[in-house]
Amino acid sequence: MRRRHFLSLSAATVGGVLIYTLDGKASLLSFQQKPVRIPLRFFTETEALIVAAATSRIFPSDESGPGAREAGVVIFIDRQLAGPYGKDRFRYTEPPFEDGPRELGYQGSLTPRQIYRAGLKGLGAFHLLDHAAQDAALRKIESTNFFVLLRQNTIEGVFCDPMHGGNVDMIGWQIVGFPGPRMSNYDEIETYYGKAFRPKPVDLRQVTGAAIRPGEEEP
Amino acid sequence: MKTLPGVDVVIIGGGWAGLLMAKELGTRTSVSIIVLERGPSRRASDYVADMDELDFYIRSRMMQDLSRETVTLRHDATRRALPLRQHGTFLPGTGVGGSGEHWNAQVPRFLPDCFELFSKTIAKYGAKALPADHAVRDWGITYDELEPYYTRVDKLLGSSGQAGNLRGKLIEGGNIFEGWRSEEYPTPPTKVPYFAALFRDAAKSLGYHPYPAPSANISRPYTNPDGISRGGCTYCGFCNRFGCMVGAKAQPTNLLLPILQKHKNISLRTGTWVRRILFDSGSNLARGVSYIDSAGQEIFQPASLVFLASWTFNNTRLLLLSGIGEPYDPVTGQGIVGSNLTHQVTVPSATAFFDQPLNRFMGSGSAGFMFSDFDRDDLDRSSLNFLRGGYIAARGFGFQPIANFGVVPNAITATWGSEWKKFAVSYYDRTGAIIFTGEHLAYKSNYMDLDPLYKDKLGDPLLRLTLDWRDNERRMVDFGTGKSVEVARAMGAKEINAFGGLRSYDTTRYQSTHVQGGTIMGASPERSVVSPYLQHWRLPNLFILGASTFPQNASANPTPTLLGLVYRTADAIVDRYLKHPGLLA
Repeated sequence: MRRRHFLSLSAATVGGVLIYTLDGKASLLSFQQKPVRIPLRFFTETEALIVAAATSRIFPSDESGPGAREAGVVIFIDRQLAGPYGKDRFRYTEPPFEDGPRELGYQGSLTPRQIYRAGLKGLGAFHLLDHAAQDAALRKIESTNFFVLLRQNTIEGVFCDPMHGGNVDMIGWQIVGFPGPRMSNYDEIETYYGKAFRPKPVDLRQVTGAAIRPGEEEP
Repeated sequence: MKTLPGVDVVIIGGGWAGLLMAKELGTRTSVSIIVLERGPSRRASDYVADMDELDFYIRSRMMQDLSRETVTLRHDATRRALPLRQHGTFLPGTGVGGSGEHWNAQVPRFLPDCFELFSKTIAKYGAKALPADHAVRDWGITYDELEPYYTRVDKLLGSSGQAGNLRGKLIEGGNIFEGWRSEEYPTPPTKVPYFAALFRDAAKSLGYHPYPAPSANISRPYTNPDGISRGGCTYCGFCNRFGCMVGAKAQPTNLLLPILQKHKNISLRTGTWVRRILFDSGSNLARGVSYIDSAGQEIFQPASLVFLASWTFNNTRLLLLSGIGEPYDPVTGQGIVGSNLTHQVTVPSATAFFDQPLNRFMGSGSAGFMFSDFDRDDLDRSSLNFLRGGYIAARGFGFQPIANFGVVPNAITATWGSEWKKFAVSYYDRTGAIIFTGEHLAYKSNYMDLDPLYKDKLGDPLLRLTLDWRDNERRMVDFGTGKSVEVARAMGAKEINAFGGLRSYDTTRYQSTHVQGGTIMGASPERSVVSPYLQHWRLPNLFILGASTFPQNASANPTPTLLGLVYRTADAIVDRYLKHPGLLA
């Protein structure tokens, strides 16, 4: 068994109290002051720090709202890679693996886990660079499978249901005005033509009142 | 191989087609029926907890497990096919209900002339009008013959909409270009999402004839002729790739399964992977099927009647694996099984960006408006450089953020970082896509056969698709894109991304789960696999249900048509075949 790795998240990293305005802009009112130590399922601590840094350059915390860091994207990706998605449980992985035209999709043999492991190695001490150097490093790998995956997983981690570890406090949903799995819009669908309707978000466990097993927990 | 006691009927596939046939035969007669479904069991009540975009929409939880089996694809016969290793262009479902669980429940009918496409086109434009390598066929059935069954389907589903042609009388507000309907829709049109309302008004202002999109996510409570009651849609927006959490969407699990479960002569075996249909070449009769059960054991299930209802790909593949009929050879033109592979031309023809918010999380898989002014055969063709056409639609599917974040006007080139994020956030709820959906003609060189190299988990060859677009589809899309952009402009869009055009067939872009052909129907045994009663010409106790029997695509979505054909076949079996087994046609 591998040595257990933890990611220590400092004050300004994860969690907080949000306010959001009618047009969907979210901002953090106050931060949790206590650092948290989160056990990692797949990444080493260094890998997690690189992923946290890289995803927050892809989806930064800036004037257009909180970013990947506050949404907990690194925790989301760690869990996804540890689960069936990370090991390509549902992909056709029979050989031979051959290159084909772009229109036939990804034909490689590498799983998301392997792509991340190699891609992160290539980024070196990325988490220690300044923002400009980090952006330059990401621009160099923009066309790689690793970056395509990292970008897609970042968006997933910002906007997924919070049960998957990302979108902490539904921060991503608040940025874009998505209310989560709302059971009915019957009374509103024809009454808000041209006007923003922004009900307070709810997540799936709140809506159903049930414990739901997310896909990453499946074998 | 273990042999089980024989039954009257075995049905391969527990989706719309298989379960509707099970209901018709099982409730109207006392025959014993086994339905074999390779996916898991499902119930309508499963879906309360499924409103999770990541696991369902993004990770395709309701779709076939490609680690066990996929298809391979090549653009033409000179190239080597490669497997589709992940889901993309189409999304075949698995489990009880099949793709009928995760569908959007859009239920348009086909235009009358689609059923006689070859003869009508030749009569009107001459033999030279069709592309040189076309494989367009008549179905051997007409719209008029099918209309009563379409009406039964609408009543089964409770379809919501507004008729545009009631027994020949044209009605403004409905689709005046559609075939005649004997009755009005069972339920009125659904509510209208804002984006679709903008589209409706703009289309009308341009002189088109928009109509409410026919929907089996029903507008209000409805009890169908089988006594099944459903509530109306709540516009939660979780239809597309989800099961319906309130049961407003017509699904095999809410319309058919509760009836099947009440009948002791019908049983459903899940986790059963059918590998072959066995037949006796002396008597020319199917003997039953062999399958691997969930424990991995190989089973022979004898049956007097076999229904193959396992979606287009597996219907075709099982015939090829079982050695039933001659495989199609595009070089010699001999054989039929695997021929006439068509998809459906579906593109986001105009993505429009607005100043005002659209609230596009609200909606349903089929709530919206469409117009068919370019989906009819009485168009003035003198200025058009393509055959046939398609409809233009705006639907409020209910959009979720993982799949839809990041769509920005073409002028913005950043794809990550602060600048991209700023525009992506600001446009998130101000973006809507107009969709063009057109007919895909059949061609001699678009077909299916068995892949010589790639295998499934059991060691059987995968199905190989040889498929690409032709100039007719490319020109049609360019035309539909131009019209869509005009509508988007009239809607008040500030920026518009026009679709860039069809090039090579792209498996990475979701197009639709409407794939046709492989086991086509027709009036002549020489040129079709099954008769218009979906009966195999050579093995008369084998019937093939589903869009694999369609000689070519019609622009409209296939489910009402394939269910209508199932009803018609079921009537013929109950009324005639069970009394006197033999060829029905």
